[in-house]
Amino acid sequence: MNINRRKWLGSMLALGGAALLPMRLFADTAAAFKATSADVALKELFGDLPMEESSEINFKVPDIAENGAVVPVSVSTDIEGVQSITIMVDENPNPMSASFNISPDAIADISTRVKMGKSSKVRALVRTPDKVYVASQEVKVTIGGCGG
Amino acid sequence: MAAQVKIRGKLKDGVAQVKSLMPHPMETGTQRDPAGNLIPAHYIDKVTCYRNDQEVLSADFGASVSKDPYFAFKVKNCSPGDVIKVTWVDNKGETSSGELVLK
Repeated sequence: MNINRRKWLGSMLALGGAALLPMRLFADTAAAFKATSADVALKELFGDLPMEESSEINFKVPDIAENGAVVPVSVSTDIEGVQSITIMVDENPNPMSASFNISPDAIADISTRVKMGKSSKVRALVRTPDKVYVASQEVKVTIGGCGG
Repeated sequence: MAAQVKIRGKLKDGVAQVKSLMPHPMETGTQRDPAGNLIPAHYIDKVTCYRNDQEVLSADFGASVSKDPYFAFKVKNCSPGDVIKVTWVDNKGETSSGELVLK
């Protein structure tokens, strides 16, 4: 009886722990997507993790985007232990554009296309367990992608 | 019915290089139709990639990902015959997927 109760308590605790774990690993992206400034989005995503500019990130975006509705972005890196890659367009109404969760079976090498309302700094943020690495580039937009 | 995900890929030294295209309007909710009415937001917010039913990669999208999102990614430890599948869900709960058998 006693043992059963202990077992039950133990498994309940384990369940609770398992439910909490993904939340801690992957920060609250919903709040970050709603943020209207890049700083707030960064705070929501990474909390107090230290951030560092890195040349280890291979960040490809055009210097001049002819069409802001379709701006190709690719990010790849050889940094170890990458958990996620996030793309942020500072001047967009909601700067956070996309976030990719990289499992150990995937390679930190992704490409996509984003919309840009106007010329802006575009950032690639690579998250590892203890640090966030950043690469950024200014992109000039000649035709905006948000109804401009 | 949402259109299927178009998916292409090749296998090179155990690494699957996959490109996918998801036909979708990706409305931001800030644009107006010709009559001046706001077009409601309608965009893909979650993309998940599987290898043989095991999740290997996922993406959270905001409305600022381009119309008909393009997404290229790479998966390690793949062998011929493995199935790569990409599925998405949008903010209205619609969903679609596409898959590919690696050669």
